[in-house]
Amino acid sequence: MTSIDRVLVLAGGLSHEREVSQRSGRRLADALRVGELEVELRDVDARLLPYLRADPPDVVFPTLHGSMGEDGSLRDVLELAGVPYVGSDPGACRLAFDKPVAKTVVSRAGLSTPASVTLPKSVFYDLGAPAVMDRIVERLGLPLFIKPSRGGSALGASMVRTAEELPPAVVGCFGYGDTALIERYVSGTEVTVGVIDRGAGLQTLPPVEIDPDGGVYDYAARYTPGRTEFFAPARLDPGALRAAEEAAAVAHATLGLRDMSRTDLIVDADGVPHFLEVNVAPGLTDTSTLPLALAAAGEDLGGVGRDLLSVAATRFT
Amino acid sequence: MTEGSRIDPHVDRYAARARGMVASETRAMFAFASRPEVVSLAGGMPYVSALPLESLGAMMAELVATRGPSALQYGSAQGDERLRERICEVMALEQVTARADDIVVTVGSQQALDLVTRLFVDPGDVVLAEAPSYATALSTFAAHQAEVVHVPMDDEGLVPEALRATLARLSADGRRVKFLYTVPTFQNPGGVTLPPARRAELLDICAEADLLVLEDNPYGLIGFDSEPMRALHADAPDRVIYLGSFSKTLAPGFRVGWALAPAGVRDKLVLAAESAILCHSSLTQLAVGRYLETQPWREQLKEFRVMYRDRRDAMLEALDAHMPAGCRWTRPGGGFFVWLTLPEGLDSKAMLPRAVSERVAYVPGTGFFADGSGAANIRLSYCFPEPDQIREGVRRLSVAIEQELELRATFGPGRPTPGSRSDVPGPGFS
Repeated sequence: MTSIDRVLVLAGGLSHEREVSQRSGRRLADALRVGELEVELRDVDARLLPYLRADPPDVVFPTLHGSMGEDGSLRDVLELAGVPYVGSDPGACRLAFDKPVAKTVVSRAGLSTPASVTLPKSVFYDLGAPAVMDRIVERLGLPLFIKPSRGGSALGASMVRTAEELPPAVVGCFGYGDTALIERYVSGTEVTVGVIDRGAGLQTLPPVEIDPDGGVYDYAARYTPGRTEFFAPARLDPGALRAAEEAAAVAHATLGLRDMSRTDLIVDADGVPHFLEVNVAPGLTDTSTLPLALAAAGEDLGGVGRDLLSVAATRFT
Repeated sequence: MTEGSRIDPHVDRYAARARGMVASETRAMFAFASRPEVVSLAGGMPYVSALPLESLGAMMAELVATRGPSALQYGSAQGDERLRERICEVMALEQVTARADDIVVTVGSQQALDLVTRLFVDPGDVVLAEAPSYATALSTFAAHQAEVVHVPMDDEGLVPEALRATLARLSADGRRVKFLYTVPTFQNPGGVTLPPARRAELLDICAEADLLVLEDNPYGLIGFDSEPMRALHADAPDRVIYLGSFSKTLAPGFRVGWALAPAGVRDKLVLAAESAILCHSSLTQLAVGRYLETQPWREQLKEFRVMYRDRRDAMLEALDAHMPAGCRWTRPGGGFFVWLTLPEGLDSKAMLPRAVSERVAYVPGTGFFADGSGAANIRLSYCFPEPDQIREGVRRLSVAIEQELELRATFGPGRPTPGSRSDVPGPGFS
């Protein structure tokens, strides 16, 4: 077992999800601080590389959400710096972070995922927004779910119930990125499934059911304690629960992810899970679902985090 | 059956007034904007680095060494008497005649605002406020479950005819208005100032309607082009409660503000302050008092005025140079803020993430209206960034607006995004 004395938790970053990441990082750092383990929390800025060169920690635990944190670039930087880190490698992050790419990859592995189109802003400019939107509604029907092709925390995401709601939803989405993923809305139970790999095979955590007040799991519903009711495990029959866990494991393995991921799914009335997206740096805030899933599995964030630090350190040696 | 969790076990116990206190993605943008790569034209933080910090440090050390037993002790709920005497001298610059006995020292003028609202407002009572109005005042009124009715402004502040019409309408509806809240000088967020003739007219209207006025005046001494305006209180001391603050003229970290009120109100304010906080910090009160007694504060005010004027000029020049057709903005004679109106069909709240991606931040206008309107507006602040940063920030903002115009030309004008009280940054944000 590699000895770990000093850990660096990275949080913040230059992204729309900075605040959520800071909360995740603080919570993780507090959970890891047991015994002699020295845990430092830092932002990702111009001081990071000099710090890693001058005084490298034993392992880095990135908790940056959104671009840079999850698109593989931070992991590339950590590879360049030659420090062990928890989580997926840069290539796997790139596949997972791009939602349309991840949907394509997991659907080829047999998972169901809602029908969708992925359209950059330029398509609407070049072909005319009304014509494109008419075709979207015609082919995918209503309701629709619109979200940026890259990013998280429901920023720029919205449900579209009528054709009139589509233009403002797409414009809102383009506030957070230049490409929109437009999905047919699948009704069912919204669940999210954590996957942990401590080196002895994938462990799926109990699926967490998300039941937001008002029906939409938007930013306020995610980060205001009390606005959403969570059930862990989800109120699904055993077959559907098992199918959701298997889907998360398939997504994790097919995308080549490491250590920890969280897959968001809709489980329809027939118990079939539909893949929405996967997160390589799941939220760890007070209202995030992964800590809830860990608790339901009888685990705690600090213990799992320390195990993953050991896995990362061992992988590096 | 699995038992659900709402994370917060107290969720069913909160008072109705806590309902609007929810996480906001707009606030999340301000966390992004706090990075140095982003030019923030959003917050209202004074530039305290311009203060003679070494002299202040020495003054604080000397204060604790020589007056420690008083500075570190409880004090009266009304506030330190010597400080109140000095506050009278400060207000004299705005032609206010006051006695130290009529002043209550508060934790910033924000606490005075809270205490006055607590004294006068029952749930459902009407409070009048300018449109737009200081966001945290609106939060205070909401916390006390007031119904805020806005009165329109133009480039010269609150419009008297509109005030008269609003009062008539409310009277016809049988509604009693508890007070008019106004920032008449270098208004936040509008940047506009009520000229003398309108001040007189406003006081006449309030006298006719027997309406109490809450004059919030944090920026009155930060004027660039003229001597300080005569405060409303100077002409109607029995009708006007004046709120003052050292947050902009010295530093917000001391948290020293005050209320000047008629005797009956003052007595209740003292009792309300005692029940809220027992007493203000003796240390910071004595520090501000000492600053006024021993430091060249009038010269410091001049320095602040010159510095903020240069920053205002940088912002106005950059706006003139870069803003696309269809944008309009106010030209403040003092204070910290410019109020910008976007071309028709644009939505400042929806545009904010794109602006932050362009590495510039502002406050959407929606935070300054109790009814959630204001999507066409932006508050720009020039108090904290250096002039070069301001120029670059405005240039980046113009890029974001151009992009938004292109989007709206493609998708058509959208419905304005409804606002919320969370659409403004917290106090520690530059």
